[in-house]
Amino acid sequence: MDHAEILAGGFDDPAAQSARAFRACLEAMARPGRIQPITGAAPPAPISPAAGAVLLTLVDTTTPLYLAPSQDTQATRQWIAFHCGAPIVPAEEAAFALGAWGALQPVSRFAIGTADYPDRAATLIVEMPGATPPSARLAGPGIETCHEACLPEIAAFAANRTQFPLGFDCYFSAGSQLWALPRSTNVEAL
Amino acid sequence: MYVATKGGERAIEAAHQWLAEARRGDPAVPELSIAQIREQMTLAVNRVMAEGSLYDPDLAALAIKQARGDLIEAIFLIRAYRTTLPRFGGALPVETDEMAVTRRISATFKDVPGGQVLGPTFDYTHRLLDFALMADGDAPQAARKPAETQPVPHILQLLDRDGLMEPLTQGEATPPDLTREPLEMPADRPLRLQALARGDEGFVLSMAYSTQRGYGRTHAFVGELRIGTCAVEMEIPELGFAVEIGEIELTECETVNQFTGSKTEPAQFTRGYGLVMGQSERKAISMSLVDRALRWDELGEENTGAPAQDAEFVLYHCDNIQATGFLEHIKLPHYVDFQSELELIRKLRRDAGAETCKEAAE
Amino acid sequence: MSEAAYNFAYLDEATKRMIRRALLKGLAIPGYQVPFASREMPMPYGWGTGGVQVTAACLTPEDCLKVIDQGADDTTNAVSIRKFFERTAGVATTEHTAEASVIQTRHRIPEQALTEGQILVYQVPIPEPLRFLEPRESETRRMHALEEYGLMHVKLYEDIARHGAIATSYAYPVKVEGRYVMDPSPIPKFDNPKLGGNAAIQLFGAGREQRIYALPPYTQVVSLDFEDHPFEPSKADHDCDLCGAAQSYLDEVITDDRGGRMFICSDTDFCASRRADGLRGRLSPEEAA
Repeated sequence: MDHAEILAGGFDDPAAQSARAFRACLEAMARPGRIQPITGAAPPAPISPAAGAVLLTLVDTTTPLYLAPSQDTQATRQWIAFHCGAPIVPAEEAAFALGAWGALQPVSRFAIGTADYPDRAATLIVEMPGATPPSARLAGPGIETCHEACLPEIAAFAANRTQFPLGFDCYFSAGSQLWALPRSTNVEAL
Repeated sequence: MYVATKGGERAIEAAHQWLAEARRGDPAVPELSIAQIREQMTLAVNRVMAEGSLYDPDLAALAIKQARGDLIEAIFLIRAYRTTLPRFGGALPVETDEMAVTRRISATFKDVPGGQVLGPTFDYTHRLLDFALMADGDAPQAARKPAETQPVPHILQLLDRDGLMEPLTQGEATPPDLTREPLEMPADRPLRLQALARGDEGFVLSMAYSTQRGYGRTHAFVGELRIGTCAVEMEIPELGFAVEIGEIELTECETVNQFTGSKTEPAQFTRGYGLVMGQSERKAISMSLVDRALRWDELGEENTGAPAQDAEFVLYHCDNIQATGFLEHIKLPHYVDFQSELELIRKLRRDAGAETCKEAAE
Repeated sequence: MSEAAYNFAYLDEATKRMIRRALLKGLAIPGYQVPFASREMPMPYGWGTGGVQVTAACLTPEDCLKVIDQGADDTTNAVSIRKFFERTAGVATTEHTAEASVIQTRHRIPEQALTEGQILVYQVPIPEPLRFLEPRESETRRMHALEEYGLMHVKLYEDIARHGAIATSYAYPVKVEGRYVMDPSPIPKFDNPKLGGNAAIQLFGAGREQRIYALPPYTQVVSLDFEDHPFEPSKADHDCDLCGAAQSYLDEVITDDRGGRMFICSDTDFCASRRADGLRGRLSPEEAA
């Protein structure tokens, strides 16, 4: 990967583009399972544009990042170093983690916060092959009755819910689509 | 007939214009220059820099002018400006051992290596109004002597050498930054010192005074008070070494306090520490007394419930920008909540009245 | 202030990222107060700096912003904050609740039901509902961690013992999703029922106290009460004298020094819209003429 590629793919107009991308992140986290379009980033493969936009919007030198083997290449490391500056750390120390669901396992490694500070928990950005078909029925805060969404599995999220108010929170990305599953959501197989 | 008040925007604008006019005062009187404030209101400038956490005498002077001399307002202007500045990195700790002192005194020894240097102090002046200052005139020239070229040693080091002072432990950790992270309790000493260094001079003074009067007494002696300039150095990663980026004036106070010790550990004096930007010795001394009082736990002392021993109380209330904002916000309209209280008190009175009537009827 | 010298919506990008991360954790743990490194703003603490920072972190150039204080768009502090964002973010502003995508508020929830796509940002003075029962942060944090809310119930119960009713009329505490007790900011308890099941995202910012918290849409929010003393929202027992509304929260306005008074909607946009639709109250200028 040459220098031009590393330098490219960030936000051209950081204030406006990160504001729009954040609103997609906010809506996604506030309405679990609902798909939000999110654009503006062009990271090197295998990072999706959606995951790239989340990184540009939320991750910086103050947020240690775990890069799962599935997304860990020289090119992705260089791109993240240049555009976010996040220190790359082991899973246990990460504030954010990026990878395919299989590559993030075991997810029990990630910080789930403490009783005094449940916010000190990891946010996982899970790269997905697609946003369909729906596999789970979601209910809880942010959802009026129930909502169907595509999740990589059920058991891990159901287990995460039982730890509430502790637990990790997830974004799912596919192409330019983003959806989320906070720890507060009840998950059932469809 | 009531008409909802409109035109808040016009009223605000007019008020601000009036403020600008009032700030200027009588136009027949020459306007103050920033340089005049910087040079002749130095201690006000120093206080604004210290509590504003920004070392820039010109901006502090501008803030004082804009704030009509209201120093808390000036500190607020500086803080609001400071928060918008980009951060290039952190400086290395300043070496106060290397300070070029303009004042340096010790209350614990009659004479000390390096000498007692009074410097430009109000101490021992008779507080009589000097009516000569009402007339114009040149200031008298003070006597001169060549500057010391040798660094002036810290006096507490002398006691340290004999093992009489509690040893200083140098931590490796980068201290937390109060301006970038939320204040978290319990606060360790670096965080407490940071809060005190930018805390309100009046508040810190009163807290220190309360310890002298017995609310968390620590028997403080001023081991050393020094004022002077220190070099500020910063590591430049590209260069691989530290370069001097400027010089700042500092006031440092080290107190020698009552000793700790037990049957197994020999008695030692303990320390309080104060460091403030600019010449600000009232603040530096106060800070070192409060610092010492807050150390009760680590030194195995009793918590007597004194306000100055209570880190949550001191740290959450020492910032005059937080305090003045919240205090003055009660000027804002609160009529919605007041209405809610009105409804409630009427209901409670109605219910009580009904109860009384019922009792009377029975 | 020279606008060009500052970033979009005033705050620098690193500060916005920090606030944004706190907001997302707030949404993930509804009702929990997330500590954040509040910045000094060019307006005083206590005057909405928390709300302003949250709004600044949320605004996009396409947003339409409404700012209210006491339910009114024309109160001086609302004017000042609206002007701040007009200058620093260049966003469109409105007084109409339905047109706004972001609404910053102090002490009220608009009368008109909010919709999906809207964000309501509250200015919060004291975010800790237990603060007046226990002044120590280290203690109240433990109490939330252990879900130890007995003290709050004791306080409400003492009210009943003394006054025969719960003597809290604003900033009335609520329990969120059966877990965290939350301060809804000093809204009158009349507004409490609108906190739960709301279609909009509700974000709370306390600048001086360095806390952010949130309610996702359709969150379960219950005002604390007792079976024999159920929670009652209350308002002045009148209709609006200008628009005739019977179900809106009213301000009492003293009109002379002989005890004359009138009651008008605190939500100025709600009242004006009704009058524009031809609805009239007891003292409408048209009626008096």
